[in-house]
Amino acid sequence: MHGLIFRTIEAFVSDNFGPDVWEKALLDADVQITSFEAMLDYDAALLPSVLKGCASVLDRSHTTILEDIGTYLVTDQSHASIRRLMRFGGQSFVELLLSLDELPGRTRLAVSGLDLPDIKVREHQPHSFTVQCSNGPAEFGHVLVGLLRAMADDYGALAVLEHLGSRDGSEVIEVMVVDTSFAEDRGFSLATDEAQVVA
Amino acid sequence: MISQQDLLKQLRPLHVLVRSTGHITSSGRGFAKMSADDLVGHRVLEAFEVLQPSGVANMSGLRALCGQTVRLRLRNSPDITLRGTVIDDEAEGLILDLSFGIAIVDAVQKFDLTAQDFAPSDLAVELLFLQEAKSSAMAASFSLNARLDGALLAAESEAMTDGLTGLHNRRAFDNAMARLGQSQTGYAILHMDLDLFKHVNDTLGHAVGDVVLKRVASIMRRNTRKDDLLVRSGGDEFIILCPGLLDTTRLTGLSNNLITQISEPFQVEDDDVAISASIGIGTSSLIANASPDEISEIADIALYAAKRSGRGRHVFWTASLGTSLSDLDMPHVAVR
Repeated sequence: MHGLIFRTIEAFVSDNFGPDVWEKALLDADVQITSFEAMLDYDAALLPSVLKGCASVLDRSHTTILEDIGTYLVTDQSHASIRRLMRFGGQSFVELLLSLDELPGRTRLAVSGLDLPDIKVREHQPHSFTVQCSNGPAEFGHVLVGLLRAMADDYGALAVLEHLGSRDGSEVIEVMVVDTSFAEDRGFSLATDEAQVVA
Repeated sequence: MISQQDLLKQLRPLHVLVRSTGHITSSGRGFAKMSADDLVGHRVLEAFEVLQPSGVANMSGLRALCGQTVRLRLRNSPDITLRGTVIDDEAEGLILDLSFGIAIVDAVQKFDLTAQDFAPSDLAVELLFLQEAKSSAMAASFSLNARLDGALLAAESEAMTDGLTGLHNRRAFDNAMARLGQSQTGYAILHMDLDLFKHVNDTLGHAVGDVVLKRVASIMRRNTRKDDLLVRSGGDEFIILCPGLLDTTRLTGLSNNLITQISEPFQVEDDDVAISASIGIGTSSLIANASPDEISEIADIALYAAKRSGRGRHVFWTASLGTSLSDLDMPHVAVR
């Protein structure tokens, strides 16, 4: 499994709660690694252990942690490039939602070997969407919920997201877009300076 | 039926329609951000310069390029090269259809282009996405390499150091010797053995022995110069490599100081410890054109001589000691 996934969890825990908490989480998970590298490959079996360790040390459910990680990816300044790469998906939050089925392809284009679940999006009535994730790391849907919540804020849209659990092997997320210009759009330009990209 | 002009305006943001006189009659919306004034009404070759193929000076020259790939630039944005094709509109005029090609990243920076400036079917935005994603991934890769490099340096430096005393080890000495062999600098090599150290280790234990070795290391540090290389080459064997130091008086002073300070009795917990040291000295001026290894060898011979002549003293190598340890089986050795 791609090191970026583990590295993200590590960065989330160390940045928000401190390196000692991360150390404790790894001890609790009984994982013989002290720090993950983004550009190395790790055994996928480590993921549930690491998440369990984090859940026990942070005293919250691992689904909450996954959601928070999704939000952290978009909002934290050290990952500004992820927010930008997401903004490439569309010029409005609704366009971004409708482009989510391209997200695994875009991700593979960005980092080969980083495989996301298949994502299907359906607008079953105006402003009301169903997002389905299948064939990927289990519970990725929770990361997606956190990530989309933060992206809605970024576009200045007001949206209500809910993870409805699994149905026929797919995770189902419901998204209601209440207001597309609820707050100010944080803005996005295709042009960028090097500093932004590297951050 | 949509008119040809409207069709092009919707599909091709960077196109130009040119009539038979060479004047531009219509241009795509993409030029709005690139050119301060409207292209319409200007002569096409006054607005654009054809770079490849070269030598295009008039309408018929441009017409001759139909079907070929051309590279050109706006005369008022000379640093952005456009790529495209020339099409005969079969009504005496020409159509130029252009794109940024590989200049897309620079063009987006320079003209602050947005997704709307490109045709939806254009892969330009994907190209920009890929460029940013690649930069981020490269940054992550670079940072991993930098960390690995740091770890390697730390490991190498550890491998050059004696863990107990913090002095350099045999490997560091060999490296320094190899460097010395390349340079013209004169140098002295001092080989030093502790006298009676084995006795301390055997009677007072290794813990006390370790304290003794650390104390010797600190005496060596106190008495030597910054450029001298201090080496623990074996259990109770030390080497000092002094680049640029050939003066016998100063080397004698250094040796006497080391031996005197090492020989001062001291206590470790409640045990009295008394040791001493013997030193053999070789300098690069003693044998012409000798390699550092040979100088180290004669310093070792001098050390052997110092020990045989009664310990607690230093000996400079002289020709009478020979150049091989096996020559040393003579009963008496000159001592300075």
